[in-house]
Amino acid sequence: MGWIGETVDSIKSIQIRQLLTQAISLGMIVTSALIIWKALMCVTGSESPVVVVLSGSMEPGFKRGDILFLHMSKDPIRAGEIVVFNVDGRDIPIVHRVIKVHERENTGEVDVLTKGDNNYGDDRLLYAEGQLWLHRHHIMGRAVGFLPYVGWVTIIMTEKPIIKYILIGALGLLVITSKD
Amino acid sequence: MHTFGYRANALLTFAVTALAFICAIASFSDKFSNQNPSAEIQILNINRFQKKSHGNDEVSLTLDIAADLQSLFTWNTKQVFVFIAAEYETPKNALNQVSLWDAIIPTKEHAKFRIQTSNKYRFIDQGHNLRGKDFNLTLHWHVMPKTGKMFADKIVMSGYSLPDAYR
Repeated sequence: MGWIGETVDSIKSIQIRQLLTQAISLGMIVTSALIIWKALMCVTGSESPVVVVLSGSMEPGFKRGDILFLHMSKDPIRAGEIVVFNVDGRDIPIVHRVIKVHERENTGEVDVLTKGDNNYGDDRLLYAEGQLWLHRHHIMGRAVGFLPYVGWVTIIMTEKPIIKYILIGALGLLVITSKD
Repeated sequence: MHTFGYRANALLTFAVTALAFICAIASFSDKFSNQNPSAEIQILNINRFQKKSHGNDEVSLTLDIAADLQSLFTWNTKQVFVFIAAEYETPKNALNQVSLWDAIIPTKEHAKFRIQTSNKYRFIDQGHNLRGKDFNLTLHWHVMPKTGKMFADKIVMSGYSLPDAYR
């Protein structure tokens, strides 16, 4: 019975410390990723500084799977800008181009109509029931730059969540079994 | 330290970093291109000018558009999106921009063109202020790169106006 006690002791003494160290390093990695993301949100002034293009409505300019970098400034919204907006009640952002702008004289409030380059008609079909125009608070940012293909990782993980679980499982296994 | 896993990881990290660096340089090289696009727009005809049942003015017109945008294309350009907007002001709105026509130019050869077309999108005002209205026609272009920073600019042409009476 003595060796059971020995193994239990060795398990208790060594593993816990190693486990804690590894848990802390994992926590550090996750928190630094979060810090970078929040810093990007601050710098670009937008709630989501990077978005993935999900539909083909802006082809051939932006294809499904491209990543767009957004920036939001207090500059007025003008025709031709590619903006990312949320429709009330839906949480998937849409990336389309502004085709009509009507800006009020005194208040600076603005009515905006958008359209995807590859769509036949404007976005009124996508807006909420009875809504004819977008306003400034719907718009999350302007697209200023892009990287092709990199967004496919996010699309695959969203549409086939099993891959996300496999990936996280494998990562967890790697962390536990690595010696440093 | 020399297992397959470590080596694959180091190689992948280096490859991704190098790729990101190349993309950044490609985008940066766009700064050095010399650009002088030109365009001319004429209004050939005002086809229809009416106050619609919802109380807003609507105009239908035919435009003659001649443009040379070949100098905008660099080796890092995927396409140029060009559109024409009518800009005017009304008592209620300090600025109105209504897009009348747009096109995608995929290559440099297509960038020098002349077409005659009626407006692709409806020119509708918020209200009925368009009689006798002076407006600018701006040709905007949006250069979409193969990778990196997009940039846009415009040419403003003024001196256009709508007739004083509905027709």
